[in-house]
Amino acid sequence: MTHEPIALRATGITKSFGPVRALRGVELELRSGEVTALMGENGAGKSTLLKILNGDFRPDDGVLSIDGVPTVFGDPADSRAAGLRVIAQEPEIIAAVSVAENIFVGSLGSVAYNRKALLRRTRDELKRWGFDRTIRAEALGSELSPAQRQIVEIMRAVVSKPRIICFDEPTSSLGDDEVTLLFALIRQLQAEGIAVAYVSHRMGEIFKLADRITVLRDGSFVGTQLVAETNHDELVRMMVGRDLSQFFHREPAPLGKTVLELRNVGNQYVDGIDLTVRAGEVVGVAGLVGAGRSELMKTIAGDYQVATGEIVVDDHVWRIRQPADSIRAGIGFAPEERKAEALLLQRSVRDNAALVVLRSLSRWIFVSSRAERALAKTYIDRLRIRTPSAEQMVGNLSGGNQQKVVLARWLATTPKVLLLDEPTRGIDVGAKSEIYAIIDELAHQGVAVIVVSSELPEVLGVSDRIYVMAAGRISGELTRSEASEERILALAMDEDVAA
Amino acid sequence: MSTHAADIHDGDTRPVLSRMLGGSAGRSLGLVIALVALFIVGTITAGDRFASFDNILTIIRFASIIGVISIGMTFVITAGGIDLSVGSVMGLATVVSTLSWVQNFASSSSWIVMVVVALAVGGAAGLINGIVIAYGNVVAFIATLAMLVASRGLAEVLANRTTQIVNEPGFLGAMRGELIGVPILIWIFVLVVIAGWFLLNRTTFGRRTVAIGGNLEAARLAGIKVKRHLMYVYILAGLTSGIAAVMMLARTTAGTSTHGTLYELDAIAAVVVGGTLLIGGRGTIMGTVLGVLIFSTLTNVFTQNNLSTSVQAIAKGAIIVVAVMLQQRFANRSRK
Repeated sequence: MTHEPIALRATGITKSFGPVRALRGVELELRSGEVTALMGENGAGKSTLLKILNGDFRPDDGVLSIDGVPTVFGDPADSRAAGLRVIAQEPEIIAAVSVAENIFVGSLGSVAYNRKALLRRTRDELKRWGFDRTIRAEALGSELSPAQRQIVEIMRAVVSKPRIICFDEPTSSLGDDEVTLLFALIRQLQAEGIAVAYVSHRMGEIFKLADRITVLRDGSFVGTQLVAETNHDELVRMMVGRDLSQFFHREPAPLGKTVLELRNVGNQYVDGIDLTVRAGEVVGVAGLVGAGRSELMKTIAGDYQVATGEIVVDDHVWRIRQPADSIRAGIGFAPEERKAEALLLQRSVRDNAALVVLRSLSRWIFVSSRAERALAKTYIDRLRIRTPSAEQMVGNLSGGNQQKVVLARWLATTPKVLLLDEPTRGIDVGAKSEIYAIIDELAHQGVAVIVVSSELPEVLGVSDRIYVMAAGRISGELTRSEASEERILALAMDEDVAA
Repeated sequence: MSTHAADIHDGDTRPVLSRMLGGSAGRSLGLVIALVALFIVGTITAGDRFASFDNILTIIRFASIIGVISIGMTFVITAGGIDLSVGSVMGLATVVSTLSWVQNFASSSSWIVMVVVALAVGGAAGLINGIVIAYGNVVAFIATLAMLVASRGLAEVLANRTTQIVNEPGFLGAMRGELIGVPILIWIFVLVVIAGWFLLNRTTFGRRTVAIGGNLEAARLAGIKVKRHLMYVYILAGLTSGIAAVMMLARTTAGTSTHGTLYELDAIAAVVVGGTLLIGGRGTIMGTVLGVLIFSTLTNVFTQNNLSTSVQAIAKGAIIVVAVMLQQRFANRSRK
């Protein structure tokens, strides 16, 4: 298969933003009918490379050839005209129009169009690519879940019949079912001779999908390997430039008394939840997308109202009606959507870290800048947040460091309970293992930690005990020694609890 | 943007004033340049008439009323809202305040009552805005548009379409006087600016305002009582309208329902030109002050040169567009 024709070749691609070299002599080949995975830690330059392919940026140096013909993309329209589509990770979806119109938004007739025909065509395409049961052609953009939005974005690309498609972490917002469908779609693209580039942090996916793997590190080209000739450890070494012998450092801590207890908690999202977490314990919550894991976290955090049952922290029943109540009870919550729900991207590390504990840093209403800076410095050192200074805008940090800023905000409250929803989503390998180390350290300090994660190895790696959720209920509980990927999946797909 | 680690340490040693200038005004360098350019144009075209101390005081006095309103507006916009009612609430406050005086309701007491009534009217209007927006979940644009229309109407009914003259000597003496050669109105403006700067940049209230405007959901999850805080922000805007009403009474010696017509647009223009993000999350008091000063200097330059108000309006429009375009360019550059 090494003889497939090369659809796209990038050689010596270099791009700087001011003094920052984002890419240095990067090489990439995409072959027709092959899937090439593009890997690297956050900040390795994958996004910049994709933006160059999409025509958002022009490279300072290097040549981009399509079918052997050197080309220059002035803007995204040029890239599309050349038969190349880059699928955005956070797609722009028009809220007020249907899925059909969202998919064909670029190719609608100029004055009038036939809505019926458009809906029919959309249904045909959804069926052809296997998403007819996942998404309705008539659904409005505003009704779509993150997974469905991603699917609309993918459909936009495939209906334009491109010759090269680049996926940027397409599975980060998808559930297992949709991932299966997506993989089938990619296989179909492959069979039709389309060249696919696939950016992902998930090793499992890469080994399932890719024919070859190109690794970038710090903006430089590290190498390209055939999947058949490499393995997990070698890839990690290529990405981080060092061995990660102990990916999950986790030594169970001595357990204290029960700190958090949920008694028959229910509302419109979850039902009859009984759950306990002891001091020093890390409890994992696993389940499929839509099982109600994030909703349960938000209920404990006071974002959603508790309708039945009670939440007990330190033997005291708390009436949690808003996040402020939950914070008072000693609960900290790092939500799944870091950027949308936790961070002030326009503000500094200092502002973000101090947000919850502002009052304790203040005299009357006046915030002490000195105390704030001291707080920021403490956590920059302790969590090893890589930032030029405490004044750096959080939006300029990498995903891993942003997550550490969220953790800093909650650690500053010295919480008794810490809820971490997908704490390592979209974070590179190196930062992941640092987050695991932080979780481990917190447990040893006697914090009761809940980790929600869609990645089973992560749940298995960090948890002392695991609750599995299905259809808004807890479908099972496993100790560290009982737990395995198979048993978790079996419980997660346990449809009986819903009935 | 300060990206040097050293900033963490040397920040404390600088005096407050230089930090004020080094911070928001430093970022507003473009505005300072625009202001200087306007001064140069004024000096060239109108000579000493323009460049005199008295004329500069005139410019600032002219800026002071709209300036006070713009400070309140800066908070509202930073919190991600908008308040279209500021001008008409100011008008209403002048009417109610003078009526309370004329109707002997306060004649036995001090003129301070007039001031208190004006502030109370402004605060009450802000409270209603805040409740309707935060708890009634009405979009701020609509809620405050309704308040604009309603309070203008109420002012007309109360004033019976007449103008109430203020001739209380104590009030006029105090408010129209000077302190070390500078009119009291300007001192009020300066005090409001300083209070606004501290409130926005140095207090928990300001931090929460910025957090809500920047990311409402994050602010909520961080334990900020978002609804209550938004209500406070609109009350604050109403209070600045009340202060502006007192200043208006002092300047014109009259309370009338037409006071403050279109002030909301001037205030929004000054805030946005100053660099506060219209979508919230970033606000600058110094920028707002510069924005107000640019517009009042422009008006002054045009008046000194006997140009019509229509030409002024065209220039104003152009300035707003150019200023916002320049800001976006700078914003993009710093992001990449």
